[in-house]
Amino acid sequence: MTTYTILGVPILTFLTFFPMVGALLILLLPASKPSTVRVSAFAISVITFAASIPLFLLFDSTRHGMQFVEEADWVPGLGIRYHMGVDGISMLLILLTTLLTAVSILSSFSAITSRVKAYMITFLLLETGMIGVFASLDLFLFYIFWEVMLIPMYLLIGVWGGPRRVYAAVKFILYTVAGSLLMLVGILYLYFAHHQATGAYTFDLLQLYDTPLSAQAQLWLFGAFALAFAIKVPMFPFHTWLPDAHVEAPTAGSVILAGVLLKMGVYGFLRFAMPLFPDAALTYTPWIVGLAVIGIIYGALVAMVQRDVKKLVAYSSVSHLGFVMLGIFVWNTQGMAGGILQSINHGLSTGALFLAVGILYERRHTREISEFGGLAATLPWFAAFFMIICLSSIGLPGLNGFIGEFLVLLGAFRAWPDVSMGALTGGMFVSAMAATGVILAAVYLLWMYQRVMFGPITNEKNRVLPDLSRREFWTLAPVILFILWIGVYPNTFLRKLDVSVSELLARAQARTISMQFPDVARSTVVVPAATEGLK
Amino acid sequence: MTPFIQVDAPLGMIEPLLIVCGVGFLILILDLILPHARKHWTAYVAMAGVAWAFAVTMGQWGESQRGYANMVVLDDLSTLFNLLFLASTFVVILLSEPFLRSERVEQGEYYALILFCTSGMMLLASALDLITLFLGIEVLSISLYILAGYRRDSDASNEAAMKYFLLGAFASAILLYGIALTYGATGTTNLGKIADTLTNAEGVFPAGLLLAGMAMILIGFAFKVALVPFHMWTPDVYEGAPTPITAFMSAGPKAAAFAAFLRTFFVAFGPIHGDWNMLLSVLAALTMTVGNVAAIAQTNVKRMLAYSSIAHSGYVLIGLVAGGNAGGTGAIFYLIAYTAMNLGAFAVVILLEHKSGGGDELRDYAGVGFRYPLIGAALSLFMISLSGIPPTVGFVGKFYLFGAAVQTGHIWLAVIGVLNSAVSIFYYLRLLVLMYMREPGEVLPPIRVPMTIGLALLATAILTLGVGLFPGQWVEAAKQGVRALFS
Repeated sequence: MTTYTILGVPILTFLTFFPMVGALLILLLPASKPSTVRVSAFAISVITFAASIPLFLLFDSTRHGMQFVEEADWVPGLGIRYHMGVDGISMLLILLTTLLTAVSILSSFSAITSRVKAYMITFLLLETGMIGVFASLDLFLFYIFWEVMLIPMYLLIGVWGGPRRVYAAVKFILYTVAGSLLMLVGILYLYFAHHQATGAYTFDLLQLYDTPLSAQAQLWLFGAFALAFAIKVPMFPFHTWLPDAHVEAPTAGSVILAGVLLKMGVYGFLRFAMPLFPDAALTYTPWIVGLAVIGIIYGALVAMVQRDVKKLVAYSSVSHLGFVMLGIFVWNTQGMAGGILQSINHGLSTGALFLAVGILYERRHTREISEFGGLAATLPWFAAFFMIICLSSIGLPGLNGFIGEFLVLLGAFRAWPDVSMGALTGGMFVSAMAATGVILAAVYLLWMYQRVMFGPITNEKNRVLPDLSRREFWTLAPVILFILWIGVYPNTFLRKLDVSVSELLARAQARTISMQFPDVARSTVVVPAATEGLK
Repeated sequence: MTPFIQVDAPLGMIEPLLIVCGVGFLILILDLILPHARKHWTAYVAMAGVAWAFAVTMGQWGESQRGYANMVVLDDLSTLFNLLFLASTFVVILLSEPFLRSERVEQGEYYALILFCTSGMMLLASALDLITLFLGIEVLSISLYILAGYRRDSDASNEAAMKYFLLGAFASAILLYGIALTYGATGTTNLGKIADTLTNAEGVFPAGLLLAGMAMILIGFAFKVALVPFHMWTPDVYEGAPTPITAFMSAGPKAAAFAAFLRTFFVAFGPIHGDWNMLLSVLAALTMTVGNVAAIAQTNVKRMLAYSSIAHSGYVLIGLVAGGNAGGTGAIFYLIAYTAMNLGAFAVVILLEHKSGGGDELRDYAGVGFRYPLIGAALSLFMISLSGIPPTVGFVGKFYLFGAAVQTGHIWLAVIGVLNSAVSIFYYLRLLVLMYMREPGEVLPPIRVPMTIGLALLATAILTLGVGLFPGQWVEAAKQGVRALFS
């Protein structure tokens, strides 16, 4: 099959490197004209988004395996290849990335006033790294993008961030690097183990999937990979870098951090840790599920007591990502599809929440909840948008968050039927615990919304604030469009996930050697899959 | 009966060495003739000489020859290292020229000494006998002692030279003693014959004597490449020496000492691999850890780079521990990588130094990134590479080293290595923090980048990024070099 090309360049290569080429073009623009730089950067990000739409439209949701595959030798002596391709999961994440990048760049038009040129270049380089991570099918290539992306994010936080930006930036990079370097040792071990078993040196993920590994080796390898991804997600108790990074990062940085970077941890579990080491993944499942549930409740409780809106949103991320992790570790199609959809939902909802907080901050230069109150009267459009975003994050039916959380809870409910916790099965118990997170989300978000938007105007400064500008309107509008779309008709997106998720589970199941693969998973591969259940 | 002295002196195989040495003498004479205002011409003569030697060395690639009673060898390993020495010397001359001119110090003997030092390195890489090896180390070291103290009016420079000389002389003596003991144990100083003796006469030779000799040789090398606990001289000497000389020391001489280290331990002591392997792995772990942890506490860029240089010696040592083709390739490739990125970093340090001295404290880097965008970008690239983040040559180098360690079952060493990399990111990226995230203390004056330094920066930056993206051929070259070692 010939791959779809843009200007003669295969689409995934184009998407990955076009932002970088754009960054080089911006390098040539004069720094003395920030508005030209802003518009050009925005144009580049919009072109990238537009170019990613064919990926969605041409993606064949009935086909197994990777699509839009590109292969070329890179360092043949070591079996390193330039191998790119996407399945439903990475395709949707790439789309999320291109959308959020464009939105973020638009949102920073007024927020970033110093060193605009350097900012835009950094941002576009970041986009290259992010798309590369999702498109790589070679472990070496993946690792390169995974690390490359850290430097721009580090600079975004450290140069354009808040007062404690340097601390937050350094903490961010040290946490993530420490995890990913151990993964590097794991990658190398896997590489040599594959050579030992087959005689071939390769970093090609699809070939490494077939590496036979002892259960003992898997435990270590899964540990090395999972640590890197768990820090990125971040799972409780590896989350402490997140509130700092989120609070100090500029609005657009927070949007990308929450919207895309955290998803890389989830993606890493799905694409690497789980299918490569299924036995170890099953062994660790109780621990991961336990931490996920703790994260859901802990994140929500801590979010509830925050006085700073941005910090509240940051902790809500910990809670929401707990849902995502729970979903992908229940080992059935509903849970997994729900987890993936929920990670996209989180990117949209939390990204939009950060945008909204940024809009407030630009008006008042504070994020203290107590400084606000009664804004609904002065900012009617903002109030409406903010309401939708909050409700989507809470998981109100009709909006995107509901679909994801529902699927996750459904999946969890059916899991672990043979574990009994009193009168409940293990799955029932876990989903009951997780469901409290939904309730708590309603508490902290609605309470925050009430204190910020309703009531009498207590601070005179709030009386004269301008409502959304046209640019701000168009920054939020596309995100809200997707929030509604997924909420009303999720099948557009779920359908793309169906085959990929079953394939992932089937692969893990086929490779399981010593452990019993969960019965639920086996049954759901044949029973109507996630989308059918919702029609 | 064979005559006691054989006529066995094929000049062709050491032609590059002769060129470098000859040009060195030529410069000494030129220095007498040239008027003071033209002294810097000696730099151009030196560059021409190095370039000529480089071209000749390129022609020797693939050749294999032994001579001088089996004391000197020409093989792909020596050729590869010679190319590395010559290239790094060329860059150092590029860096020195504007430095010497602005410091107004005499020039002729400076370049002559650099060339003599280079010839010492080349001898070291070609040494097939402990005697030639010692000769190379001494030629190299004595030139360096003088160069470290080249700024006669500076206390720090004098202190550096004195310290380096005293400790260096001590280390040389220990090395020589080790050579003597090894000779006593095996009856030969030839690397190949030592190996033969160890393989064939297992148990007959005095093992204690041999082990003591080997340990002393190891100490000698450990001093030269700055392994913990023989690293104490490094920070003081690096800080005190004129900065181009610091750059020089961290590049060529270090690689040369490693070349000899590699040959001695892989060839001569190869048969008793098991006896030194564990010791070396402990040294590697110590060196990486002490180097990186101490670097965090530094406030001076040159001292920081000195500790970083110690840490990088530890990484290279992983290659020696892993051994075999993979380990050797990793070590050689890493030396190439380190030379490129480290020379680049020093080029920036030289640019930002003040004429009156100073300017190399970390706080002097505040705000540099946005004030001088190109210099800032270059230094960022070198720091990212030194910390081993892709897509740079530093990452590929570590990838090979850690890969070799994992392949040979030294997983714990690889884990210590990556944890150290994580630590090192903290201090390398601190320069980025300063350059981009802090405001300068005072208004930074405009900088005029001399053409020679600009050229050096460009070359090292292209190598750092280019080899990082397309390492294939360079790795093949390193592999070929290692193959020569085992043939």
